[in-house]
Amino acid sequence: MSDKITFSLDGRDVEAEHGETIWQVAKRCGTDIPHLCWKDSTGYLADGNCRACMVEIDGERTLAASCIRTPTEGMVVKSESERAKKSRDMVFELLLADQPVKENAHDGVSNFWKWADSMGVDASRFPEKNTPVPDSSHPAMRVNLDACIHCNLCVRACREVQVNDVIGMAGRGAKEKIVFDFDDPMGQSSCVACGECVQACPTGALMPASIVDEEGRGARTHDDEVHSVCPYCGVGCQITYKLREGKIAWVEGRGGPANENRLCVKGRFGFDYIDSPERLTTPLIRKEGAAKSPYPDMDPTRPLDNFREASWEEALALASKGLSDIRDGSGKGKGRKALAGFGSAKCSNEEAYIFQKLVRTGFGSNNVDHCTRLCHASSVAALMETIGSGAVTAPFNAVKDSDVIIVIGANPTGNHPVAATYFKQAAKRGAKLILMDPRGHELSKHATHSLQFKPGGDVSMLNAIMNVIVEEELYDKQYIQAHTDGFEKLKTHLKNFPPEKMSEICGIEPDVLRDVARIYSRAEAAIIFWGMGVSQHVHGTDNARCLISLALMCGQTGRKGTGLHPLRGQNNVQGASDAGLIPMVFPDYAKVVEEDKLHKFEELWETKLDPEPGLTVVEIMDAVHEGDITGMYVLGENPAMSDPDAGHAREALAKLDHLVVQDIFLTETAMFADVVLPATAWPEKDGTVSNTNRTVQMGRKAVDAPGKSMPDWWITQELARRIGLDWNYESPADIFAEMKLAMPSLNNITWDRLETQSAVTYPCHGPDQPGEEIVFSDRFPTNDGTGKFVPADVIPPDEQPDAEYPFVLTTGRQLEHWHTGSMTRRATNLDAIEPAPTVQMNIGDMDNFGLEAGDPVRVETRRGIIELAARPTGGIPTGVVFVPFAYVEAAANLLTNPVLDPFGKIPEFKFCAAKIEPVRMTEAAE
Amino acid sequence: MNKHSPGSEFTPIRPGRGDGGKRKPRKFPKGRQVQPVAHEEVSGLLGDRTVQRDHLIEYLHLIQDKHGHISAANLAALADIMRIPMAEAYEVATFYDHFDVVKEGEEAPAELTIRVCDSLSCALAGADQLIEELQGKAGPSIRVLHAPCMGRCQSAPAASVGKNYMDNVTAEGLLTAAYAGEVKPVVPDYQGIEAYKAEGGYQMVEKCRSGGKTPDDVIEELLEAGLRGLGGAGFPSGQKWKFVRMEKGPRYMCINGDEGEPGTFKDRHYLERRPHQFLEGMLIGAWAVEAKRVYIYMRDEYPTVLKILADEIKAIEEAGIVEPGYVELRRGAGAYICGEESAMIESVEGKRGMPRHRPPFVAQVGVFNRPTLVHNVETVYWMPQILEKGAEWFASQGKEGHKGARSYSVSGRVKNPGVVLAPAGVTVNELINDYCGGMLDGHTFKGYLPGGASGGILPAAHGDVPLDFGGPLAELGCFVGSHAVVVMSDKDDMREAALNLLHFFEDESCGQCTPCRVGCEKAAKLMKGGDWNHELLTELAGAMMDASICGLGQAAPNPILTVMKYFPEEFR
Repeated sequence: MSDKITFSLDGRDVEAEHGETIWQVAKRCGTDIPHLCWKDSTGYLADGNCRACMVEIDGERTLAASCIRTPTEGMVVKSESERAKKSRDMVFELLLADQPVKENAHDGVSNFWKWADSMGVDASRFPEKNTPVPDSSHPAMRVNLDACIHCNLCVRACREVQVNDVIGMAGRGAKEKIVFDFDDPMGQSSCVACGECVQACPTGALMPASIVDEEGRGARTHDDEVHSVCPYCGVGCQITYKLREGKIAWVEGRGGPANENRLCVKGRFGFDYIDSPERLTTPLIRKEGAAKSPYPDMDPTRPLDNFREASWEEALALASKGLSDIRDGSGKGKGRKALAGFGSAKCSNEEAYIFQKLVRTGFGSNNVDHCTRLCHASSVAALMETIGSGAVTAPFNAVKDSDVIIVIGANPTGNHPVAATYFKQAAKRGAKLILMDPRGHELSKHATHSLQFKPGGDVSMLNAIMNVIVEEELYDKQYIQAHTDGFEKLKTHLKNFPPEKMSEICGIEPDVLRDVARIYSRAEAAIIFWGMGVSQHVHGTDNARCLISLALMCGQTGRKGTGLHPLRGQNNVQGASDAGLIPMVFPDYAKVVEEDKLHKFEELWETKLDPEPGLTVVEIMDAVHEGDITGMYVLGENPAMSDPDAGHAREALAKLDHLVVQDIFLTETAMFADVVLPATAWPEKDGTVSNTNRTVQMGRKAVDAPGKSMPDWWITQELARRIGLDWNYESPADIFAEMKLAMPSLNNITWDRLETQSAVTYPCHGPDQPGEEIVFSDRFPTNDGTGKFVPADVIPPDEQPDAEYPFVLTTGRQLEHWHTGSMTRRATNLDAIEPAPTVQMNIGDMDNFGLEAGDPVRVETRRGIIELAARPTGGIPTGVVFVPFAYVEAAANLLTNPVLDPFGKIPEFKFCAAKIEPVRMTEAAE
Repeated sequence: MNKHSPGSEFTPIRPGRGDGGKRKPRKFPKGRQVQPVAHEEVSGLLGDRTVQRDHLIEYLHLIQDKHGHISAANLAALADIMRIPMAEAYEVATFYDHFDVVKEGEEAPAELTIRVCDSLSCALAGADQLIEELQGKAGPSIRVLHAPCMGRCQSAPAASVGKNYMDNVTAEGLLTAAYAGEVKPVVPDYQGIEAYKAEGGYQMVEKCRSGGKTPDDVIEELLEAGLRGLGGAGFPSGQKWKFVRMEKGPRYMCINGDEGEPGTFKDRHYLERRPHQFLEGMLIGAWAVEAKRVYIYMRDEYPTVLKILADEIKAIEEAGIVEPGYVELRRGAGAYICGEESAMIESVEGKRGMPRHRPPFVAQVGVFNRPTLVHNVETVYWMPQILEKGAEWFASQGKEGHKGARSYSVSGRVKNPGVVLAPAGVTVNELINDYCGGMLDGHTFKGYLPGGASGGILPAAHGDVPLDFGGPLAELGCFVGSHAVVVMSDKDDMREAALNLLHFFEDESCGQCTPCRVGCEKAAKLMKGGDWNHELLTELAGAMMDASICGLGQAAPNPILTVMKYFPEEFR
């Protein structure tokens, strides 16, 4: 039996695939039927409400909406009949009656006007209705419902595609109205400004604020458009910059494999940081005698208070001389190991690659690291140790095929918002979504199970779940036999972790632990996602080991809808790690201590290399305090804000003899620099990045960089040349070509291919093959091909609350602000939505202190004190406070505990003891 | 250890605002916060119910019944408890007329609401003047609202004081009832379970269940009897059962008790008299399709019926005729569109009453996306008797060429309006003269609505057309629908009548599709302006009939077209 359906369309026999609608077949055959409520885009279902696409079907009393109707065998469809056309014209004439006149259109080139024009409907004979009041309460979007045609697309965008659940269609009949929550102004609603509705709206009733004038007039017209990738989180959404007069006018989501046109507030509305007056536009040299205070209290708008402007030549000469002098000197604080470099997960693969190459071949040590140390170093350590690969085994989009999803220690709606849309969609479809997190957050609304365990109780909880699986023999014997090693040892180990006993430690009822164990182990396809709630602990590696063991014992990896996925934080943390910005490994995780690897790179780079692993981020800061490291080159990192016990880090930065900082802003770290080198921002340069799904994507230059700023790769090369390296890369493409020699993971992925296809996932097994999304079906890349079980013991967090510091402080990000805020706080819309630091508290705790929402609070730990406003937040348990770390005014990392996980060397950002005190109003006013 | 703290030596300057100017932090997470007090209150109202998404409308009733309105705080709490988006709670609450959502800072409606029916029969009886009079006389504790048909057209004008629905009302009478606190439904005497059983009730369903009849037998009998869907569509009932039975289970059954078609009151008539005959018929249908559960969707305008059914469902549960919970009574909330079967199904699921696209048909994909048998109240009402007395008994009651008896709801300018059980195919002249005692004194028959608001308007000249599904009536561009016949006289203005009906459709359109939502509104505006642009209205009507999703929009232009066609003198 053929799956195809043959029917007649406008007198021609055509074939339809099963499930294909008449509209889709017509489009394929070259007939574009008018449409408004139907969006021909992944993720949108037809709704058939606008009736703009009516066609006539023989034998049917009424016309049919072609967007939602599927043909049947032998059906006779007429899209061009007089009756169908008259009906479509009438629909447009009815809608036109209530539209603002075209000259005042909010979007003069909207889908509505495009179709009305092409159909010749330019006036309406019908009386108009009263016009609703415009809503400009949101910084990023304009709502003008006088242009609304009630097509429901924004509702579907918000509820079905992004599952943010803010927009509704209230009322009935002619009184129907698009509403946010309870018909609240958009800016006061629960809107998270993903902008999906704006991208979907066919009339301009919803528009990016950046392209409508005060009267609400505008049009989505552009001079040019450039396809690229979002510079924020690790999801790796593809974007299209819409350009006017060389500036980014607005941004739209593009159909990349990770995001399928979706974006979040940062990726859509967070780009004007590149036009900030605070951009560095010329090299700067610290003024003679300008002291380095351990307190970064400079005004970033007034760099010339402490620095003077310099030419590139002078700045590069000074920067390189400082570095080579230390390298070439001898004694304490001198020599090749007295230098260190921090690269960046925000720059391209090419830039990461040459940065680590500069440190290794130019400085002469492996003292190179980056923020992966602060986010997933422990996850990578555990993954490398057990399954031989640090990357995800399946893309997050694999949840489409999962029936059970565990999300642990992650807040994806805030930190990986577009990935979260897939989780929410899966939950809506009926998949079981099991959340494990001490904090309840947005995703909890969609969860079938919410395990709010006690902070630090992860290992006890996970071991108890595995105990149940072992005791009840729910594990996958065949899988264990064929693909794993060490199960018997783990089995014995797990005997000590019965749910009843562990319940006391993790705070989750034994029955719930049993239930989850059964659900996960019996699932057809289960997948595990984790974030920094898992990794940023002294037992971070143990946490990850438990998750890996859980997946291995149930055989929940290597198949559709299964896998292990640490959600990577930054746009290129995967790529920067792959490229070797890690002290113990060369590119592609080649261990520096393994001789063959060392030789391979010595040969490739034609120089002797240090066979000893270098120091990690926190270790480097300690070495500065010790006086062992005296010179640093920091590219795009901001340790003055991002390191634990940031006060300690800032003292180290102040102590350096020579610090070169390369960035787009005078960051809190740059304030300590001797030389500041102005770099170009992401939309101003070309380069590739690798997202959390292992997909390598092409970022393209869209706008010119300001002043004398230069691409990071260019600056790094110029420095390299001046410290004795003979480099001659002419472009990122050149660097990429060399990377392919160093990194087998890039096999079959070429610059040209990325230019044409924009994205290829690795591993990729042929130049014309798509990459392999789900890996390790047959064997793991370990010596014997098996995955290893590594038992984990319960290790409590390092600093337990006590009488003096009774609260648990946990830190992280929030939706609008990314990392240390250097970009997002300079993005107008993001800054407007979250303008100042807050501490999220349990409402009961606030009541106990007599605190009202917004009251100032002092948060103190053994390392520091900050003051900020209290925000009552559902989901924060009693005795816990959460502070985002993006705000210099109340830098959370002044408070955090720098104690490290012994394997991943990651600090325990997620747990330290703190004291809370209301700040008296008189004090606060001072 | 050196503790890092804000102090005189250290004033960090935030990026992005070079002046270092402070901006106020956001005090709360985004959006409306759920108030603990409201949360507690709504949880209390829900009591020990297991929260079910499809019960949203029931929960909204709990809040509305308690407070006379639904505050934003309580609505937010309900959304939170149900774990549904606030927008979803709000859109459902604002879809239905009987819910009053009151936002922060808005004034709650008066304690008591008087709703006055202004649908055609009541309008002919002076509803508009009555409303005006009431609005002048009612104190601040009373709110006076227009309302669509209450199914009491035989005793127009009708109105409700709270939940007390009253007949032949006057302003004075309504206000007296209001001030006397007579706001509860007044349940009439009706046949209880014992009386029904005494006359052999529930034996037929028992016979079916115990194998005395097979579903196929019953289907044949129904087909032979000519029983058709009496909600208005006229689909052969036996055929419908066949279709539902062809689909894989589990299957459901829904009873459409949303008798909202203006002029129709037959279902209420039977339910207020012989509820058990209806229940037994329903159970026979449920047996035939092996329904997993039966939902009775009853309009909120019939509080007496809701009370009767609640009591009598309990009675049959106690009598062991059905398992407790097998029959679920669902209360509408004031939306005519929920009489459309797929909109009703949406409403049973606790959503806005938005009609669905066909195909698939509800027999294939109905409530909770399962195959569903949907029947009107009266359709199942006849089933026990048909099976008892035989197909021929029922079929033979029709006029020549027509099968069965029909319940015509006759109202308007006749002497004795009411539910008339007459042969299928009866004419309006016969109804007026043979069943309703003739025209009211001083009134001359001028025209009539053969099938409620949607069925068009015919002149007296077409008074001998047989009133049945299809046939000559359809050829005239009209239909019999729910058999609601409204008789008009020389005292009545046909254009006004058509405008009244269009206003009704404008109010009751669900708003989903453009032709109906905008079309009704524009048509009413054009007509109200007095300037009936025949050409434009005809064009508009064509698009509405061709392109609307459901019967409401497709039929809404009927009054316009028929008045223009059959009453040209009204435009001179």
